[in-house]
Order: sequence, then C-alpha cells, then structure tokens
Amino acid sequence: MAPEMSEKTQSSRATRLARWLVSGPPLLFLAVFFLLPSAIMVLASFRYPGEFGGLAPLFSTVPGVLHGLTFETYQFFFSDIIYVQVFLKSFLVALATTLICLLLAYPLALLIARSPKKSRDLMVLLVILPFASNFLVRVYAWMILLGPQAALSQAINAVLALFGLTPVHLLFSPFAVLVGMVYVHLPFMVLPLYTNLEKHDPMLLDAAQDCGANAWQRFWRITFPLSMPGILSGAALVFIPVLGMFAIPDILGGTGDMLIGNLIKEQFLGTRDWPFGSTLSIMLTLAVLAVAWLAARLGRGGKYYA
Amino acid sequence: MAMLEIKNVTRRFGDFSAVENVSLSIESGEFFTLLGPSGCGKTTILRMLAGFDLPDAGQILLDGKDMVDTPPEKRPVRTVFQNYALFPHMTVAQNVAFPLKMARIPAAVQRKQLQEALEQVHLTDKAAAYPHELSGGQKQRVALARGLVSRPRLLLLDEPLGALDAKLREEMQVDLINLQRDVGITFVFVTHAQVEALALSHRIAVMRAGKVEQVDEPSRLYSAPCNRFVADFIGHINLLDASVLQAAHGHHVHLDIAGLGEVLAPPHVGLASGGKGYFAIRPEQVRIGVHEEVRELKNHFSATVQQFLYRGDVTVYKVRLDNGMVLEALLPNAAPGRARLFEVGDTVSVGWRHDAGVFLVA
Repeated sequence: MAPEMSEKTQSSRATRLARWLVSGPPLLFLAVFFLLPSAIMVLASFRYPGEFGGLAPLFSTVPGVLHGLTFETYQFFFSDIIYVQVFLKSFLVALATTLICLLLAYPLALLIARSPKKSRDLMVLLVILPFASNFLVRVYAWMILLGPQAALSQAINAVLALFGLTPVHLLFSPFAVLVGMVYVHLPFMVLPLYTNLEKHDPMLLDAAQDCGANAWQRFWRITFPLSMPGILSGAALVFIPVLGMFAIPDILGGTGDMLIGNLIKEQFLGTRDWPFGSTLSIMLTLAVLAVAWLAARLGRGGKYYA
Repeated sequence: MAMLEIKNVTRRFGDFSAVENVSLSIESGEFFTLLGPSGCGKTTILRMLAGFDLPDAGQILLDGKDMVDTPPEKRPVRTVFQNYALFPHMTVAQNVAFPLKMARIPAAVQRKQLQEALEQVHLTDKAAAYPHELSGGQKQRVALARGLVSRPRLLLLDEPLGALDAKLREEMQVDLINLQRDVGITFVFVTHAQVEALALSHRIAVMRAGKVEQVDEPSRLYSAPCNRFVADFIGHINLLDASVLQAAHGHHVHLDIAGLGEVLAPPHVGLASGGKGYFAIRPEQVRIGVHEEVRELKNHFSATVQQFLYRGDVTVYKVRLDNGMVLEALLPNAAPGRARLFEVGDTVSVGWRHDAGVFLVA
C-alpha cells in the first residue's frame, strides 16, 4: 500500500508543478504589466502633479513644494459637472455604437452562419481583412470619404438644397465619430455572433416550424434568445474599447467633440496633470467594471448551456 | 376515404430515387409504421408529410385536401424528432406549450391543455425543469407532449426510441401504445427496428430502396411475408432453395428442396409447377428432437447439431441437414433443465408441420 501512496503523491506533486510551469509565465506577465501599473495608477491619483508634468515627490523637505498624498483630484472630479457630462456622453456614444454594430452585424453573422460550410471561412476572412491595414490609416480614409468634397457630402447637400435646406458638414461631427467607431468595431461584433450562431442546431428551427412558428417567430423565439451569449460578448468587445477610444474622436470629431478617452489623453499629453489623468482612468475602469457586472447578471439566462 | 392518402409519390435527389411511386392510405386513429433499412426512403416520406420536403410527383392528401401548398407551420401535423429537438432555453412547460402559443390559443385554454399533456406523459413535476436537466426518457416524453398538446390530425415519429437504452425503450413502447390509444391521434412511426414495429403498429409498410414491399398487419407480415426481402428483414427465418413439384394438391403444395427431397407446404395462390423460389420457415416452427418425437410430422429430416446459442428464454440450435444446408431451430426454455438438450455433434431429427412455412417465388 505504502509505495502506491507515495507514487500517488509524487504524481500529484508532478501535476501541480506542471500546472505552475504552464500558468506561471502568464501570471507573472499579468502581475508585472497589469497589476503593478494599476497599482501605480491608483497611487498616482492620490498624488500632486509635478511642476513640469509627471508627479510631485512623495517626500520633500524643500518648503513650498507640494508633496504627500491628497484627495484633491477626486474632489476636483466631483466638483465640476462637466466631467460627469463627458462620462455620460461617452457612455451614450459607446451605447449607440454598440447598438448600431449589433444591428449591422447580426444579419451579416446570420448570413455567414447559414452559408454553405465552404464559403464561411472566406466570408470570415473578409470580415477581419480590414485588420490587415493600419487602424489610423483606415480612420483617416474616412476623413476623405466624409469630407466636403466627397461624393457623399455633395449628394446629401444636393438633396438638401432641393428642399431649400442649409448644407451639412459630415466631417468633424458626432455623426463622423459614430461612423468611425462603428466601422472600426464592427468585426468585434460579427465574430462572436457568428461563432454563436454557427453552433445552433438547425433541427430546432425545423421543430419550431413544425410547431407552427413562422419565419419571424422562429427568429424571435429561437434564434435570438439562443444567441444572447454571442450578443453579450460582442457588446462587451465593442462597448468597452469605444468607451476609452480617443483616436477616432480626435481625427473625425474635430475640436468640439471630447470623450473620456480624449480627456484622459489630454491630462497626460496636454495639461500634464498625471494625478487627474489617473483619477479619470480609475473612474473609467470602475464604470467599465460596473457595466461588465451588469452584463454578467443579464447574461445569467445562459445557464441552459450547462 | 382514408384520412391520409399518399398517391404515387416520387421524390428524387439528382439521379437517386429516394421514394419511387409510393402509394399508401392511412386510416384515422391508426398506428402506422414505415419500416425499412436506412436509406429506404421512410424518412423522406415523413419529411414530405411534415412539409419539409415536397414530392416531385404524386399527391399527399390529408382529409381529402392536397397538402402541397401548405407550409409545415400551417399543417395540422406535428413531428417528434429523432433527437427530440427540444428548445434548450425553454422549460419543459414552455416547450410543451410552444405550439399552443404559436396558435394563439387563449391563455386559460393553454394552461388546461398544457396540464393535460404533461399528465399524459407523467411530467407534471418536471414542468419548471430545463431540457438539459432531464434524462433521455424524460426528454423523449417532453417531445411527445409537445407533439400531442395541440391535438394534431397526425403525429409523425422519426425513430423516437432510437437514442434510448434497451430497457427504457421497452417501457416507452408500452407507454406509446397506451398514449396512442388514449389520445386517438393517428401516428405515423418511422423505424428500422423491426421488433419495435411489430410491437407497436396496427399496420406496417416495409420499404426497400424507395419502394413499398408489403403493407400488412404485424402478424400477417411475420407469418406471410410476400417476398424474400420482407421475410428476411422481419425476424429470423430459414430460407431454403426450393422448386414447386406439384401446385395446389388438396390442402398443400409439394415442394422439392434441393438435395433434401419432398416437402409439404401450405397452399399458395398463383403457384405453377416447376416454379423456383425459396421455402421460408421461422426457427420457432422447426421442431428438434430425438427421432420418435419428430417422426410423426409430415416433414422431417435427420441433421447434426452444429452450434447452439443459449439466450436465456430460448436456446437456438443450428443444425446441418444432410444436404449441407444449415437450419435454425428454437427451443423455449420454459421447463427447468431444458437449456441444453443436445450437444454439438449429436444426430437429431428436425421437422415441421405441413401447414408451417411459406413458399416465396424467387
């Protein structure tokens, strides 16, 4: 009995070692490049800004130099309604982008999922093809497409002129920001939706039809509820990056359109107020976590996949 | 006029004829089975009845009305699918009530019919469970309840017992017979399991390669198969090459079995002397014993025991006749100590009554 036992413990020790060997490096990576920076950010949000950017020293004996910890940045954040407004606006943009992406991506994902197996891979490839070129280049391309000289603007303004309305500017507007956001994030909605829809058992649709459901009822009662996990992961993959996005509003939104992402970027690169930038980042992280928690609660209906 | 008329229906997939000029009529309240090996066209017929497939030629009439222009969702026909196809995101109650909901039946009536259907399949206590929480047999019963709840004219069952283990399958067979009798709905059952078909059906259509070979009651199908395929497909049977020596001589025909000699068989219409074919006899009709026991039978031969298979309820003996043919005989083990009457190598007599067996034209 005894040698058997020791063999057993030895093998379990070996599996434990193997487990650490496999999960160790990624854990270490996360600790160094995620946990540590996050801790630095939290600490930074309680410090004073340095005179020429960066952070003021934690300890200083020189009179007149700000040092130590403070709640000032948090007080500042909550004392001015404008920051909450920027947050709200960013949320609205992220929400609108997510919804538009969902409306565009769903039919596309459904089309791919119900295509013959041979053509599916090609269609998925086409969806992710834009990633092959640089993100900034693609967003700049929209500057040209939406510009006043572009065919799109000219056509719209020609129609508006027919009705005696004033011409509109497509570029440097919330509309342009939304177009850019949707364009960039659409594949992130299509892919999880497709992955989900492709797994649906076509027999269920036959069964529903057999039970008297027409095409519309088959979609709303079977396909749609079963795709909820796909919708939620797609929504998370779009909503969260859009919330922090600054490049697209910078390029397509012009000067008037500031979102949280721009505000944070501005703190670090413009006004050089690192503590306040950190505070904004923490608020954003908390907001994202709140949304993720909410989505997880809503998504609990997915238990029937167990 | 029959409730369901399938008239000269043909369905082709490219060059392959899945169903070839099939005609069947099924009466109201009948438990009708389509039986055949896989690829014989039985499932294609079922899909055409449900409306998921359409005939290339011929007609399907339900209560005298041609169904060709009626899509599946508008037909008074429900299907119990092979793998149940329960909706995973709905509870048992929601699954069963789904057809009622689609038909926009008033909520109070829905509740009553749902309750009835759940009671019929003994699942009232599982109403709030999700399909993944159920056993195979329970899923099967949910699928049945969903099929029956809206009182369709016709219930189609596509190998519904195929995924269950043997014991459960037998229980479900009894349940199905009772259920069909209680609800009085016409069942069209598709299976490749002949035992199941014999046990459940009022009538069976045996199919092969898109054609119907024989339509009959189970007992007729078993005792009087119309050709070699049906004889071989339903149960076990001994097939011996034979030719007709003398047709219709009184109460029996005289057959010549190659290398064995003359055999008396029950009369058979349309037999001509000299006709070639098979003499088919079931193992349980073949008696095996010591010479005195069997010699009183009109047809008897000596043979050697080659092999025996003890199956519990019966023992199957394989014996070699003097002409080299191997015959199966079956002895019930009703009395104690009868499990092994003969040993391999024993010389025995085999025989059968002159009114047993059937001659099949080649």
